[in-house]
Amino acid sequence: MAKLKLALYWAASCGGCEIAQLQIGDKLLKLAEAADIVFWPVAIDVKYKDVEAMPDKSIDVCLFNGAIRNSEQEHMANMLRQKSKILVAYGSCAYEGCIPGLANLFNRQLIFERAYLETPSTDNNDGVLPQTNYQVPEGELTIPEFYDTVKTLRQTVEVDYVVPGCPPEERTTWLALEAIIEGKLPPKGTVITHNAKAVCDDCSRKRDVKKVEKFYRTFEIIPDPEICLLEQGLLCAGIATRGGCSAPCPQANMPCTGCYGPVDGVIDQGAHFLSAVASVIDSNDPEEIQRIIDDIHDPVGTFYRYSLPDSLLRRARIK
Amino acid sequence: MSFEPKILGILCNWCSYAGADLAGTSRKKYSPNVRVVRVMCSGRVEPTFILKAFEKGADGVLICGCHPVDCHYAEGNYKVMRRIPLLKKMLSQLGIEDERVRLEWISASEGDRFASIVDEMTEQVRKLGPFPRNGGSNG
Repeated sequence: MAKLKLALYWAASCGGCEIAQLQIGDKLLKLAEAADIVFWPVAIDVKYKDVEAMPDKSIDVCLFNGAIRNSEQEHMANMLRQKSKILVAYGSCAYEGCIPGLANLFNRQLIFERAYLETPSTDNNDGVLPQTNYQVPEGELTIPEFYDTVKTLRQTVEVDYVVPGCPPEERTTWLALEAIIEGKLPPKGTVITHNAKAVCDDCSRKRDVKKVEKFYRTFEIIPDPEICLLEQGLLCAGIATRGGCSAPCPQANMPCTGCYGPVDGVIDQGAHFLSAVASVIDSNDPEEIQRIIDDIHDPVGTFYRYSLPDSLLRRARIK
Repeated sequence: MSFEPKILGILCNWCSYAGADLAGTSRKKYSPNVRVVRVMCSGRVEPTFILKAFEKGADGVLICGCHPVDCHYAEGNYKVMRRIPLLKKMLSQLGIEDERVRLEWISASEGDRFASIVDEMTEQVRKLGPFPRNGGSNG
C-alpha cells in the first residue's frame, strides 16, 4: 500500500498542539511507517510555494490547528483545503476559536492600541501601528492583514473532522491518527473522542444534590478531593463539556474549563454551561441571586473560554 | 422607512399566555411588534433560545412567567429567575444592551400589564435600533 501523505499546519495558536502531536511518543514510529509528512512548518523545511506546487487533493490528510485571525491564515486554510482530501480541525483553536478567540471581545483597533501604544512596557512615541504595506528603499514590505474578528476553521472552509481539546489529549490524538492510518474514519463531521457524553461521565467524583450558595474562584478554596467540584461552588465546565479526555483536570483537583467543546446536540457551549450554573444557585430571592452571581467575575471568559468565535453571537458588539 | 423592532415573546402556558390572551379578548390595544411563542413553563427557557432569537432576527426578547410562588410546576419560574440575571451580566460584557432582554411575571388576570410592558419594551428597543447581527463587524 502506498504511504499516506500527511500535512500539519498551525494558524492562530500557541504551539501546544504540536507538542500534543509529539506526545503520542513511540506511536510516532507507527505513524512514520504509514505516512510521509509533506508539510509541517514547525519541524520540516517546506515552503508555502512547495505546497502551492502540489496537485489538488494530493495530500491525504491535513491536521490544521489554530484559529483564523489574519489573511495569511485564511489563505493557508483555503490552500490546504484545496490540496487535501481530508481536512481535520485539530485542537480547540481550529474547532472553536479557543483562547485567541477571546480577542473577539475587542476589535483590531482596540487590540492594536493596547498592544502597541498602551502597555506599560511599550516605547512607541511615534505611535507606529502595523500596516499591511510599507515602502522602504529596497522595495515594498508586506505583512498579512489582521482581522477584526477571529474565525474558526469551519467558518472559513469545509472541515471533515474535528479533534477537540486544548490541546487534545494523547489518547484522542491517537484515536484520530489510528482511524486515519487504518482507513476506518467515522462519518464526515464527527468530533473524534472516546466519549460523546459529558466530562462528568469520565469523572470519578461523588455527585449528590447540586445547590450552590456561593461560587469560588480556584485560588479561594482548596476543594475536597472526593466531591463534585460544582457542588463545592467551583465553576466546573464538565457538566457542559464533551468527555473523552478522561477528566484529568478534576482528578488534579482543578475544575474542567471546557476545552473539549460542547456535547453532541448542543449548539452553544457557553449558553449551555451558563444555564447549568444558574440552575444550581440555591436561592429564590432575586437580591440574593444577584449577590451569588456577583461572585462570577468574568462570565464570557468562564463560559466561552474556548468557544466565543463558535458561539451564536460570535463576538462582542463594539460601539 | 422607520425601524420597527421585532420582539420575541416567550410566554408560559399557565399564567402569562393566558394574560396575553386576556389582553386580546378585552380588546386592549398594544404594539404589534411582539411575536409570541408559548412554552409550558418559563423554566423551559434556556439562554440558547434567547441568543438564537437574536441571531435569527429578533431585536429584543421578552420572557414572561408566573409570579414567584404561583408556578404551575412549583419552581420552574425560579430557574429562569436565576438564569436571566447571569445571562444579562454576560451580554453586557458582549456589548448588548440590557433593555433587549426582559423578564416579567404576568398572571392570567394581568392583560393590561402585559399590554403596557409590550408597549414600553417596543419603544425602548426602537430607540436602541436593530440588533447588530453577523457579529456586528465587517472584518
